[in-house]
Amino acid sequence: MNPLWEALTLQAGYNATLVAVGAALLGIAAGATGSFMVLRKRALVSDAMAHATLPGVGLAFMLMVALGGDGRNLVGLLTGSAVTAGIGLLGVDWLTRRTRLAEDAAIGSILSVFFGLGIVLMTIIQTMSSGRQAGLESFLLGSTAGMLLSDAITIAGGGALALGLVWLLRRPMTMVAFDAGYAQAVGVDVRRTDLAMMALVMGVTVIGLKIVGLILIVALLIIPAVTARFWTDRAEALVWIAGGVGGVAGYAGAAVSASAPDLPTGPIIVLIAAALFLVSLFFAPLRGVVAAVLRHHHFQGRVHRRQGLLSLSRAEPIHDPMTLRVLRRDGLIRADGVATDRGAAEAARAARDERRWTAARDLHQDTALIGRYDGLTAIDAVFTPDQIAAFDRHLGREGMI
Amino acid sequence: MGAEFVQLSLTPILIGILAAIACALPGNFLILRRQALIGDAISHVVLPGIVVAFLLTGAVAAVPMLIGAGLAAVVAVILIEAIKRLGRIEPGAAMGVVFTSLFAGGVLLLEQSDTSGVHLDVEHALMGNLESLIWLDANGWASLVDPLALAGLPPELGRIAVVALVISVLTWVFWRPLTLTTFDEGFARTLGLPASALGFGLVITAAVAAVAAFDAVGSIIVIAMFICPPAAARLMTDSLVRQVWWSVAFATLSAILGYVLAGYGPLWLGFADAVSAAGMVASVAGAILLLAALMGPRRARLGESRATS
Repeated sequence: MNPLWEALTLQAGYNATLVAVGAALLGIAAGATGSFMVLRKRALVSDAMAHATLPGVGLAFMLMVALGGDGRNLVGLLTGSAVTAGIGLLGVDWLTRRTRLAEDAAIGSILSVFFGLGIVLMTIIQTMSSGRQAGLESFLLGSTAGMLLSDAITIAGGGALALGLVWLLRRPMTMVAFDAGYAQAVGVDVRRTDLAMMALVMGVTVIGLKIVGLILIVALLIIPAVTARFWTDRAEALVWIAGGVGGVAGYAGAAVSASAPDLPTGPIIVLIAAALFLVSLFFAPLRGVVAAVLRHHHFQGRVHRRQGLLSLSRAEPIHDPMTLRVLRRDGLIRADGVATDRGAAEAARAARDERRWTAARDLHQDTALIGRYDGLTAIDAVFTPDQIAAFDRHLGREGMI
Repeated sequence: MGAEFVQLSLTPILIGILAAIACALPGNFLILRRQALIGDAISHVVLPGIVVAFLLTGAVAAVPMLIGAGLAAVVAVILIEAIKRLGRIEPGAAMGVVFTSLFAGGVLLLEQSDTSGVHLDVEHALMGNLESLIWLDANGWASLVDPLALAGLPPELGRIAVVALVISVLTWVFWRPLTLTTFDEGFARTLGLPASALGFGLVITAAVAAVAAFDAVGSIIVIAMFICPPAAARLMTDSLVRQVWWSVAFATLSAILGYVLAGYGPLWLGFADAVSAAGMVASVAGAILLLAALMGPRRARLGESRATS
């Protein structure tokens, strides 16, 4: 059997299975959390936090070695990374509130400085006790190769925990992300909800360090949310579609990466998410590019057809090539531009529609109804037959028929 | 400060200073335009550009790689703009999608291709190799006027010097239109200035600075120098001219102090080995920004009293 299929169907060993499940849980949690964050327009704050984990990993390693421990204990390293990520988040907040720097400058400076500090610590660790520094670089780009069973359990458990918290907090977070003012008015504590959201983002970042790595974890938070945006306009649905995209990317990415050498886990997960994004960008039925182009084309056709029919009814010559094409396609005019029988009938009907609309504007002051006039909507889609009969009587009195 | 300094430390420090200045100059305008993270995005997408150039030419040659990286930066900027418009997505998220995907692609290409024989890996791309840009042919200060020794200067020095010079000249030539479009784009348009073209030109200039500096010092210094020195300078003064000079001073200070602390600091503390110069330069730039945020005379927003901030 081929190794990719084995990995995808969870037959590539106990560890690989746990990692794939853990990556899927992490992906769902990241997608859902990320969609709240993107709706709050704080997408890149998570990038600063992710880069700020590096000094924490280094410090935790040094501390654990100084205390006589192994130094590679994953729980210890992740705790350390959470501490400095938290400091980084506070730093971004502090710079944005206390100085006149904008948030993007605050994000960029925290990101680069913490990452620089982390690199300095890494070079110190490299010289400390060369045999034991194994594997800290794997936090940069993620790696599941040679992962210990306890690490895999930690990641799967952490992913499940984060997902559970998203489920518990989904209502206040949806409200705040969608309309902070309204949420405040109905008694949601916006500040604490924001704090909880950023804490969740931090949790996802820290859990994702080992699988996706700190440079790319931000992708797992942003890409699913942006992808989901093409499929729905509803906040509730957005969150779970994003979770689905993240879950698929995490699961498939971990499986693909386990199936062959030289396939780093983090980049593979991100590239699968990016592929899902590209497909959505072009082919999503609601907001995708192809759907938008088709809608535009269809609308254009309707406008040209209607205007062409009105010109026919007034026996005006038609010059616009697109109008001619549309009328010919629908069999309303012959090749020489003269109206067919059906074309003449349709033209008369369009002209009558326009006259009835004129009468409707004379008789009705209700803008909700006559405001529906856009030159395309048929009048019987808006008014009842009784009302239309009344318009015809009005037109008869005015001598317009 | 003798022959050893000229041989081992003079060129890295010079390259560091020039790279820092080349990045800090466009950084001033990027920060005022709220585009600070463009620098971050560009420094990530440089990697796939370099890898593709390597795969096409099959050699680690500077010029194709610089071209590849520059093209990748332009592609990224266009992609960000396209996704922002096509998907009606906020700029931060669009940027996040593009640079992470391209970076992931670069890493995957790098892992899949056979680069074992050449010095090309992700960590090198991130951290640079400032320490290794030594001037072997030098044997003292006298070498500065010895044409034979000067020929042995690391080629990175010449490249970054040219780029730093070009960017300084560009900043000087386009000073007035750049300032106008940065502060009041509408007004600049009524004067007939091509605001969009200037904005795009600024981003391309930043990309050139990032690519040239990246070649010499790695992407950490690039991101840090785009943002930290101009941000700190912005907290020092209200005048853009003075802000630019402050940022150049801060960038220079970060490069010198960072290199010296990384190379000699551990020795003073009794450790045997130097630490990463790139990381230390970024750390020093952060320390300068922290000081400016705590004590800079213009750190508060207009209208906020300085006592409360």
